[in-house]
Amino acid sequence: MSKVMEEKTNVRNEQTKKPEVKSEVKKEKTNSIIEVNDLNLWYGSDQALYEVSMDIPQERVTAIIGPSGCGKSTFLKTLNRMVEMVPIVKTSGSIKYREQDIFSSKFKEEYLRTKVGMVFQKPNPFPKSIYDNVAYGPRIHGVKKKEILDQIVEKSLKGAAIWDELKDRLHENAYGLSGGQQQRVCIARALAVEPDVILMDEPTSALDPISTAKVEELVQELKEKYSIVIVTHNMQQAARISDKTAFFLNGELIE
Amino acid sequence: MDKGLQSEGNMIDVQQMIENNKKKKTVGERIEKIIPFFLLLCAAVSVLTTLGILFTLLRESIGFFSDVSIVNFYTGTNWSPWSGEYGVAPLIGGTLLVTLIATLVAVPLGLMAAIFLSEYANDKVRRIIKPILEVLAGIPTVVYGYFALTFITPMFQSIIPDLGIFNALSAGVVVGIMIIPMVASLSEDAMNSVPNALREGAYGLGATKLEVVFKVVLPAALSGIVASIVLAISRAIGETMIVTIAAGATPNLTFNPTESIQTMTAFIVQAATGDTTFGSTIYYSLYAVGMTLFVFTLVMNLIAQYISRKFREEY
Amino acid sequence: MLGQNEQNMKKRMEGRVAANKISMVLFGLATAVGLIVLVLLFYRVLTQGVGYLSLDYILNFPAPYPEEAGIYAGLIGSIFLMIIVAVFAIIIGVATAIYLEEYAPQNRFTDFIRVNIQNLAGVPSIVFGLLGLTFFVYMFSFGYTLLAGGLTMALLILPVIVVAAQEAVRSVPSEIKEASYGMGASKWQTIARVVLPAAIPGILTGAIIALSRAIGETAPLIIVGAATAIYTLPDSLLAKYTVMPIQIYNWTGRPQEEWQYVAGAGIIILLAVLLLMNSIAVLIRNKYQRRF
Repeated sequence: MSKVMEEKTNVRNEQTKKPEVKSEVKKEKTNSIIEVNDLNLWYGSDQALYEVSMDIPQERVTAIIGPSGCGKSTFLKTLNRMVEMVPIVKTSGSIKYREQDIFSSKFKEEYLRTKVGMVFQKPNPFPKSIYDNVAYGPRIHGVKKKEILDQIVEKSLKGAAIWDELKDRLHENAYGLSGGQQQRVCIARALAVEPDVILMDEPTSALDPISTAKVEELVQELKEKYSIVIVTHNMQQAARISDKTAFFLNGELIE
Repeated sequence: MDKGLQSEGNMIDVQQMIENNKKKKTVGERIEKIIPFFLLLCAAVSVLTTLGILFTLLRESIGFFSDVSIVNFYTGTNWSPWSGEYGVAPLIGGTLLVTLIATLVAVPLGLMAAIFLSEYANDKVRRIIKPILEVLAGIPTVVYGYFALTFITPMFQSIIPDLGIFNALSAGVVVGIMIIPMVASLSEDAMNSVPNALREGAYGLGATKLEVVFKVVLPAALSGIVASIVLAISRAIGETMIVTIAAGATPNLTFNPTESIQTMTAFIVQAATGDTTFGSTIYYSLYAVGMTLFVFTLVMNLIAQYISRKFREEY
Repeated sequence: MLGQNEQNMKKRMEGRVAANKISMVLFGLATAVGLIVLVLLFYRVLTQGVGYLSLDYILNFPAPYPEEAGIYAGLIGSIFLMIIVAVFAIIIGVATAIYLEEYAPQNRFTDFIRVNIQNLAGVPSIVFGLLGLTFFVYMFSFGYTLLAGGLTMALLILPVIVVAAQEAVRSVPSEIKEASYGMGASKWQTIARVVLPAAIPGILTGAIIALSRAIGETAPLIIVGAATAIYTLPDSLLAKYTVMPIQIYNWTGRPQEEWQYVAGAGIIILLAVLLLMNSIAVLIRNKYQRRF
C-alpha cells in the first residue's frame, strides 16, 4: 500500500518538474494528436476503464504507469483499436485522432493502425527474414517496387538504430537475433509505414538491462519525429524517458 | 545531408502511397468479404459428405427394401443373394466373429503394452517403441491381408491341421494386430493423464508398481481405456481388405473360428467386383449391408465419444 | 508372536515383489509381440517378393504370366491418384481448418461441423466407396475413372487433413498475428501472409501422412471401380486406372503360388513409397519443429 503511495508521489514530482521545462523549450509543439474523452470499456460485463480523459501530446513521450491489471495495456490497445480483437469488448466515449473520431464507421481500423503503430511487450517478429519483417507493413498496403522497399527498409532500420548491426544480415531469419535486436527490428517494422504515433506496450520488460538502455535511448531519438505512448511498470523508466506521465489505478486515470 | 533529404522524401512517399492504395482497397475489401464465404463453402464439404453418405445409404436401402422385406433381411439366416436369399445374419455373424477374435487379441496385448509404456518403460525406451508400434497402424490393410493368407494361416495350419485356407481365425488375429496401436496409444494417453499424486499416495503406503497399476492407475483411467477399446472395435468392424483376403467368401452363421465366413465388408467388395448390374437387387443390397455396417460403427463411435467426454470432465 | 508376524509379512512382501517383476516381464513381452509381428511381416514380404523385384517389374504392365507381370500401371496410377487427392483434399481441408480456427462464429452450426468431422473420421473406408459409387460414378457420370477414384479418396482423408491443419493453424502464436493486425493488416492479409506461411510445415506433415494412408487404401477404390488389368497409362482425368494396392490384392487372390511372389514384390514397392513419404514428413517436422 505504502509503495503505491510512494509511486504516486513520485509521479506527482515528475509531473510538476518535467513538463514545465519541456513546454518552455518546445512550446509550439504541445498541441495534442490524440484526445480521449470519457472513455469507458467493458470486457463483457466487467468494466476495465472508467471515464478516462486524456490528451496525447504531439512529438512527446507519454508514459502510462500503474500496477498490473490496472487497465493501462487495455487503454493503450484502445488507441489503435487492437482491443477490439477480443470480441466481447464494448466501449463508450470518444477518441479523436487529429480531430477525427476513430470509432466512427468511416474511419477504417486498418487505416488507423498505419497512423498509430504498435510495439509489443514481447518481441514478436514474423518467422521471416529481417528484410521481410520490415517490408511487411508497406507491402500489405500495396508498396511492391523493390527499390522503394529497399529504401524503406534501410531507413526504418536506421531509424531504429540497428542498421549498422544488421545491414549484412538482412535476409537472415529474424528469429536468429537476440531479444533486444528483435525488439528493435519490431520497432523498425512499426516505423516502416511512417506512423504519427507509436504505442509501446512495456517494450523492455522482456529485455536485459543493456538492451533496455538501447531501446530507451532509441525512444528519446524517436520523439523528434513521432508521438510515443509507452506503457511501463517501471517508475524509473517513466522518469527517464517521458515528458508526461499518466497513472492508472483500477481502470481510472489518476493524474 | 543528401541522405536526409532522400529519407524525408520517403516519409511522404509511404503514407502517400498508402493513401493512394486506399482507393484500390475496395478490391481488397471485396476479397475480404468473399474469402470467409469461400472458406465456409469448403467447410460445408465435410457436412455435405455426411449428408451424402446418409442420403445414398438411405435411398438405395429403401430401394432394396421394396424388393426384399426388411423383416426377412434382419431375421433371415441364409445369405445367398445370387439365389435371392437375403438374410443378413450370416454377414453380421461373420463380422462379429472376426471382431471378437480381434478384440481378444488386441485388448490384452494393447493394454499390457500401454501399461508397459506408461508405467514401466523409461523415456528412452518409450521414444523408440512408440513410433514402431505406430508403424503397425500405418501398414496398408491389403498387406495385412497378404500376410494373413500367406503366413499366419499356414502357421496356424501346422497347429490346427484341419484349418481351411480361408478362416475367421487368421483374419481375426491379424485385424487384432492391426488395432493394437490404437488400443495401446489411446490407453496410454489415458494412463498418462492420471495425476501422479494418486500414484505417489499408493507408493507411500508401500505398494509395488504392479499394485499401483491395478489398484490406482487402471481404475482412474478406466473410461479412457474403455473408449479406446470401443474405438478399436469400431475400426475392426469396418475393416475390409484383411477379411476379404483371408476370411473367405462363405456367408456362414457359425461361431467356429476355423471355418470360412464372410463379413459385411467382404460381401460389399465381392458384389462390387462381380458382375453386379446397376439397379439390380444385388446392387441395392450393397447399400442395405453398407447401411447396417455404418450404423454399427456409428453407434460405437458415439459411445466412445460419450465415454471420453465424461472422462475429460473427471480431471 | 511378533516375529511370526514379521516373517509372514516379509514372505508376503517377497511374493509381491516377485509378482511385480514377473508382470513387468509379461508387459514387456506383450509390447514386443507387436514389434515381432512387424519384423515377421517385413521379413516375409522381403523373402517372398525380392526374387521378382527388378527394373522390368517396375516398368511392366500386368501380364497373364507371373514372370512378365509388373507394377508400372499401379505405380503410375497411384501417383496420379495421389495428385488429384492432394489437390482437392489439401485445398478443402486447409480452407475448412482456417474457417474453423479463424472465422467460425461460436454457434451450433460450427459445433456441428466440428463433431461431424470427428464422426466422419470414424466411418469405414468402404462406406466412402459406396458414396463415391452413387455420386461420382453414377450421378455425376464420371464412370470408373481416375477422377471418381480421386474425389472419393479426397473425401476419405479430408477429416485427417482438417484436423492436422487445424492444429498447425492453432499453433501459430497469437503474438505474431497481433503484430500483423497492429501494422494495419486485414484479417485475410494476416492469414495469407503470416498464419499460413507459419503453419505450412505442420500442414504439409499432416497432409503427407494423410496421403500415405490414402495410397495404401484398397477397399473404396474397388467399389468405385479401379481396374485390375490395364495396359495403358491414364491419359486424362476420365481415364481408366489402377493402383498398387488393387494390383497386389488381385495377385494375392490367385491360387498359383508364383503370384504371391509377384504380390510380395508389389508390396515391397508400396512399402518403399510409404517409407519415402513418411521420411519426408519426418524431415519437414524435424526441420521446422523448433521455430516458435
